[in-house]
Amino acid sequence: MTSTALSPEPPASWRRYFGFSTDAKVIGIQYIVVAFFFFLVGGLLAMIMRGELITPEADLVDRTVYNGLYTMHGTIMLFLFIFPVLNGLNNLLIPTMIGAPDMAFPRLNTAAFWLVPVFGILLIASFFLPSGPATSGWWSYPPVSLQNPLGHLINGEFLWVLAVALSGVSSIMGAVNFVTTILRMRAPGMGLFRMPVFCWTALAAQTLQLIGLPALTGGAVMLLLDLSVGTSFYRPEGGGDPVLYQHFFWFYSHPAVYVIILPVFGIFSELFPVYSRKPLFGYVYVCLASFIIVGLGLIVWVHHMFPSGVTQWMRNLFMVTTMLIAVPTGVKVFAWLGTLWGGKIRLTTPMLFCLGGLFNFVFAGITGIMLATVPIDIHVSNTYFVVGHFHYVIYGAAVMGVFAAIYHWFPKFTGRMPYEGLGKLHCLLTFVGANLSFLPMHPMGLMGMPRRVSSYDPEFAFWNVLASLGGFLLGVSIIPFLLNMISSWARGPKAPHNPWNAIGLEWLLPSPPAEDNFGEHVPTVISRPYGYGTGEPLVEHQADIERALTLQEAIR
Amino acid sequence: MTSSTPRRPGPIALAALAIWIGLLVAISLWVARASYGWLPVQASNAAPLVDGLFSFETGIGTFVFLGVISVMAWVMLVHRAEKYDESDAEPIEGNTRLEVIWTAIPFVLVMAIAWYAIQINTELGVLGPMEHIHLRDSQEQQGGYPGDRLPAEQVEVIARQWSWEFRYPSQHVSSTELHLELNRPITFRLVSEDVLHGFFIPAFRLKQDVIPGRAIDFSLTPTRLGRYRLRDSQFSGTWFAANQADVVVETAEDHGLWLKQAAAAPLQSGLSVAAAEYTEQQTNPRGGWPTVVPAPPPQVNVPGSSSLPHDA
Repeated sequence: MTSTALSPEPPASWRRYFGFSTDAKVIGIQYIVVAFFFFLVGGLLAMIMRGELITPEADLVDRTVYNGLYTMHGTIMLFLFIFPVLNGLNNLLIPTMIGAPDMAFPRLNTAAFWLVPVFGILLIASFFLPSGPATSGWWSYPPVSLQNPLGHLINGEFLWVLAVALSGVSSIMGAVNFVTTILRMRAPGMGLFRMPVFCWTALAAQTLQLIGLPALTGGAVMLLLDLSVGTSFYRPEGGGDPVLYQHFFWFYSHPAVYVIILPVFGIFSELFPVYSRKPLFGYVYVCLASFIIVGLGLIVWVHHMFPSGVTQWMRNLFMVTTMLIAVPTGVKVFAWLGTLWGGKIRLTTPMLFCLGGLFNFVFAGITGIMLATVPIDIHVSNTYFVVGHFHYVIYGAAVMGVFAAIYHWFPKFTGRMPYEGLGKLHCLLTFVGANLSFLPMHPMGLMGMPRRVSSYDPEFAFWNVLASLGGFLLGVSIIPFLLNMISSWARGPKAPHNPWNAIGLEWLLPSPPAEDNFGEHVPTVISRPYGYGTGEPLVEHQADIERALTLQEAIR
Repeated sequence: MTSSTPRRPGPIALAALAIWIGLLVAISLWVARASYGWLPVQASNAAPLVDGLFSFETGIGTFVFLGVISVMAWVMLVHRAEKYDESDAEPIEGNTRLEVIWTAIPFVLVMAIAWYAIQINTELGVLGPMEHIHLRDSQEQQGGYPGDRLPAEQVEVIARQWSWEFRYPSQHVSSTELHLELNRPITFRLVSEDVLHGFFIPAFRLKQDVIPGRAIDFSLTPTRLGRYRLRDSQFSGTWFAANQADVVVETAEDHGLWLKQAAAAPLQSGLSVAAAEYTEQQTNPRGGWPTVVPAPPPQVNVPGSSSLPHDA
């Protein structure tokens, strides 16, 4: 068993991060770094938007520019930040957590990753076209998205549809790979109910991708044909139905929210036990809840369309299915509280990000129930109330969960420890900035301020000033993060194999792991994950493996 | 799954818990009451129903949120590991009875909310805003004055990029300011000449997308005198934000008088902030990307204004 741990490290040249690698751990870091590049671009657009919205008049940028900014902000943050960053975590964590040497299809993995910068450049390039970028929002509802004032074949909307379609191809390639890897390549002894919850949630999320993405892609192809060839799938003047597009779009794009939040539930479920020193409360229920969310998540999409002109029975039906999602989600929230209860809590940077993320998520869940309620939704749909709600989900919970994961697994994959002080400062600024920016959006929406506006009535000014100040604070909050990542990767203290005293196969690998992870010597799993305090080893010969890793660290 | 029975809490702990829960209930009730103040004035018969439901959910939501936050705050204060304590906590892996309880309670709660909301939905449907959708016939598609083919009591609402036009067929009046009679049910016929728009009057708590190629009948009853904003709520392009109109709710006499005066007024260009801004930009360009040209302002009897003070 000891030979794995003592095998020489791969020649760790930084150049491999700039080429076509098939190593999931390299691809994972490539995904995350590229995602954060686009995070900065999307964030910069948000800063300009909040600058425009700090005053009621449309005075900072032209209205067409504002519409381009908000469209590109949403598109970049979803398709070029949150999906790639989560796929990066999947690449790093799935093979190491289940003891696989790599992903099932390493070259497919490479191709899926390299599509991201390709469609990213395609999308950003639309800023430089004579037509400007797409300006009809990330929903791109026809007929407004089909209006093409210059009449050029290559226009912003055209590049937008192309980029979204390529993003879909990349995501499908990723999903096939993740699902296959999880189902076929687990370590001996690791039955599904001995698998870490992160892998359960990744499996659930990627299953949703496989079911949902074809609808979006089909819908986008028809949009492209309407835009470029003059068909009338959605054009009312040719007998098409613009509302049809909304069904195609939301059939995927609502489940897409679960594709984002499920892995974050996985991160919470991994980290709360580590920093509470207790097993995950109700492990089996937490695993199963993910798949109940998958099932329900596929039958709620019409709640985005309550004011679109759907009949009363549909409104009632989709309200009930949407509300039912609160039940499996509640099971998870209570499981995390049960895990924290009576634990020995350690408020490290990753733990603080998780607690902040949980706080924000519970808040978003409550406004989510309000939005599911048809009469309330009729009033607040397409207002800032919705913008506040989903920023609490995506930034408040998901992005904070992603930061938690990065701080937690950073030592494993870089071999260096991140700095706690900078990390805690980053967490504080993120939490305060997110709440200051997104909480005021709820009163704005309740008062009746529509979303996507470049100007507004003066009665909304007070809350908009607060939201803009919070937004700028969020802009500042990224500085300690970047400083921390760059300086600790370059010269942080060397990380031991298990700095957090965590239980999991990935913590039985050296930091950073060898290219093929355990290689030939995959340990046999003999118990459930999260055995904190039980004294049961996770794998056979665990003491030998750990002794060898410690010895290796002592002599390096 | 190993179940473990937690230690029985003592009477003091139970009393403290009861007091804490009582306090949370009191705060939740207070927040539920305060939530009415977060919404605009109630100016339609739908508004009290929507606000009541919102207040109800705010109360429940506040209690759930504070309950969860209390647990988080408690563990962060009381269950912190001592400095240099590297040991693990007592391994409690789960408790099936608790799982059943915390699955059942949210289930019952959300189903109760859904049942209540369905009652309100039904009531709102009876009150009016239950829309009836039909395709616009070819005669309508050609546009023109609707007076001879719409029911006299309907008001036609025409959404364009970017203006709102309101036509009162029986009086041969058209306007870019919507005038309604207090406490009298009104049915609109919502049509769009170009893209999706949203007919949204926050003070009425009502919203309906306007869909090109369809005519949507939409009813409501205004219940409060005043001047309110109608806002476009479904993104419609460059001047989406400026696509607003005023809604004036007035007494029956005032409304009759207004209709009479409007019918006598000559046709003139209606309110269109978009058209005005576009013209301004032709002489004084400020950059930006190419835009759809705004439709010319509709010719109306009453143009209204975009800058009068409004109640909500």
